[in-house]
Amino acid sequence: MAKFEYAPAPESRAVVDIKPSYGLFINGEFTESQGGSAFKSISPATEEVLAEITSASDADVDRAVAAARRAYNGVWGRMSGADRGKYLFRIARILQERAREFAVLESLDNGKPIKESRDVDVPLAAAHFFYHAGWADKLDYAGLGTNPRPHGVVGQVIPWNFPILMLAWKIAPALATGNTVVLKPAETTPLTALLFAEVVQQADLPPGVVNIITGAGATGQAIVDHPDIDKLAFTGSTGVGKMIARSIAGTRKKATLELGGKAANIVFDDAPLDQAVEGIVNGIFFNQGHVCCAGSRLLVQENIAADVEKRLKRRLETLRVGDPLDKNTDVGAINSKAQLQRIVELTAAGEAEGAERWDNGCELPSKGFWFRPTVFTGVSQGHRIAQEEIFGPVLSVLTFRTPHEAVAKANNTPYGLSAGIWTEKGSRILWMADQLRAGVVWANTFNKFDPTSPFGGYKESGYGREGGRHGLSAYVTTGDSK
Amino acid sequence: MSTPTAAVPSVDATARARDLLGVSRLSNAALTSWLHALPGVDQVGCEARAAGLGTRSIKTTAKAWGIDLAISMIDLTTLEGADTAGKVRGLCAKAIHPDPTLPDTPRPAAVCVYGDMVATAKDALGQSGVKVASVATAFPSGRALMPVKLADTRDAVSAGADEIDMVIDRGAFLSGDYLTVFREIAEVAEACVRKDGSRARLKVIMETGELVTYDNVRRAAWLSMLAGGDFIKTSTGKVSPAATLPVTLVMLEAVRDWRDLTGEMVGVKPAGGIRTSKDALKFLVTVSEIAGDDWLDPHWFRFGASSLLNDLILQRQRMAIGAYSGADYVTDDSPSLY
Repeated sequence: MAKFEYAPAPESRAVVDIKPSYGLFINGEFTESQGGSAFKSISPATEEVLAEITSASDADVDRAVAAARRAYNGVWGRMSGADRGKYLFRIARILQERAREFAVLESLDNGKPIKESRDVDVPLAAAHFFYHAGWADKLDYAGLGTNPRPHGVVGQVIPWNFPILMLAWKIAPALATGNTVVLKPAETTPLTALLFAEVVQQADLPPGVVNIITGAGATGQAIVDHPDIDKLAFTGSTGVGKMIARSIAGTRKKATLELGGKAANIVFDDAPLDQAVEGIVNGIFFNQGHVCCAGSRLLVQENIAADVEKRLKRRLETLRVGDPLDKNTDVGAINSKAQLQRIVELTAAGEAEGAERWDNGCELPSKGFWFRPTVFTGVSQGHRIAQEEIFGPVLSVLTFRTPHEAVAKANNTPYGLSAGIWTEKGSRILWMADQLRAGVVWANTFNKFDPTSPFGGYKESGYGREGGRHGLSAYVTTGDSK
Repeated sequence: MSTPTAAVPSVDATARARDLLGVSRLSNAALTSWLHALPGVDQVGCEARAAGLGTRSIKTTAKAWGIDLAISMIDLTTLEGADTAGKVRGLCAKAIHPDPTLPDTPRPAAVCVYGDMVATAKDALGQSGVKVASVATAFPSGRALMPVKLADTRDAVSAGADEIDMVIDRGAFLSGDYLTVFREIAEVAEACVRKDGSRARLKVIMETGELVTYDNVRRAAWLSMLAGGDFIKTSTGKVSPAATLPVTLVMLEAVRDWRDLTGEMVGVKPAGGIRTSKDALKFLVTVSEIAGDDWLDPHWFRFGASSLLNDLILQRQRMAIGAYSGADYVTDDSPSLY
């Protein structure tokens, strides 16, 4: 019998209208840079140039922070919570109405499969605005402490792996609590943030409440260093997070940092195996493994390791790698050439250190940045691929014999963002969750997110939480005012 | 299909079961420890996986291919107290000429009727290649004594049935009496042997709507395969819910793993509640991605359905002429008037 060949099912690009070049969104309008330069944003799947993007100068950052300060002092900081909530509800609804546009643009700019941008990133981004809209007029009752009030102007720097979702994680709680925002999207994925600027205009948000400026590391540093920033929120690599922490040490600036991870996904011999295999796949191959909480270390009980490995490899052979805009694509493009090089380098190190490499052998497109779903077996804690964050579709498989050994290995990393436990034994789930030093512990699932659930790390995975009431508390000061 | 009905040799299910379980005597205790050692099914994860497969976008050439394949996998079914010979002949005529306007439309795999209609169906279908499947064993409840169930089966086989759709004793299964279920299936399988030594293929209906949990579905599937079923089938169509995608997914995992264990393939038949082409394509996607393309064959996968055929024909006409024709352009002998 012939194989079931799925015909191409591309989502139409017609819904998005990408301009040839973009300015900076400051004080409610797009403006030209003062002394900044320009760079190009490309589609990682085809290397096609999508648009020319402005690299903001220090003067631009200064203008943006000044606009945010004026908006904070003039209108947003004084507005009632109920009125702020109305704006947030409006933004949430516009995001839903323009969901397809955001999803297509995100997949074009980032390389992630349309089924993920359509079913995960954009709906979750809207959900974050809805959730925080509801809190805006109830902060006194959120258990944050007495008299919760905003910090003022918040600087936010977000990564390229979930551009619109990370924007929502940052902007929604900041606005709900009455802060104003200067946000910088990652240099490889600025387009959905710039489209969000249009949403801000459409929602008639007062000028300066949300400012979006583009650029690379230097622009981010300028935001971090700006004296009139009251609080910083950063998601990205641990290296940059440490630089930010050093930069603001000794200043009055507050910060939350959501950094890297090397999560253990722990499978016991009484696990629901078929679903565990799905959880392993979702844990590390979701979003090409460009996920800070990815389950990049599989810890599998030794007595079922061979069975799990067989099932996992069979499953990986059905993964469809290719055009991010095809509705049947499971794994899209690696976000950038630099990231691809890092993945190539770390996997080469894995081989050199003696781990056994396997990939699903799928065909890859000739243009763009691609990497096959890859599994390393025979990995031990000492290997670089078990210690360093690869941030790509690469799984390292380790084994354990007892629950204590699983906990010890899971915790034996400088990171502590997330972990997964697969067992049908409820008491073991509770015991393990208590022992694991990770901000999120999933039981019999992985990579599930919800605006009501706080997310954040232990150790070098950062500090502060995003989402839920815990996330709100990072954006307010409490107690008596001076 | 070209596959002959008698291709499956009779196996001594009890001897094989003892061998697989590593016991000298088959007992409830042995069956329980074997079935209960199967990995559990996490409900949330299982349903999420099925929903994910349901988002596959099957278009153009893939859709055309899938529609034809789905038509060729249908067991076109009438199982009503009000059935008559005339109605069965009408169904058979439909099976032979599913769409008179497009003669290249494939024929369904079989016509599925009650035992007393087998001879009529056999006569009406002649040399068309469409098989006759008969329900048996006190369908749909299965509440009869074993001699009655066996006589029911033998009657249908001797009247010419190519395939037998039996029901398991859900009461015995749910009360943990796996040995009774095993023996019933094995004995019915014996009753499927014809005088010339060939066999009717046996489909084992587990009535998953009454088993409720996916753990039960998985255990019932393994028990049915162990006892010698050629097919595992979800439902009678008389109990709701019937053939859901997650239940079928669990069964497809079971036949996949059974082949890993024994080297043998067992068929899967979701029946009841699959009415649209879109649904049928979701099932085919699930077959392909869970069990593998070897099962994308009417010999190994069937849809138990009645109204599904006309929706597939409607979609097929749309792809042929580029516009929806409408229900009056698809022949229908049994509109749902009552």
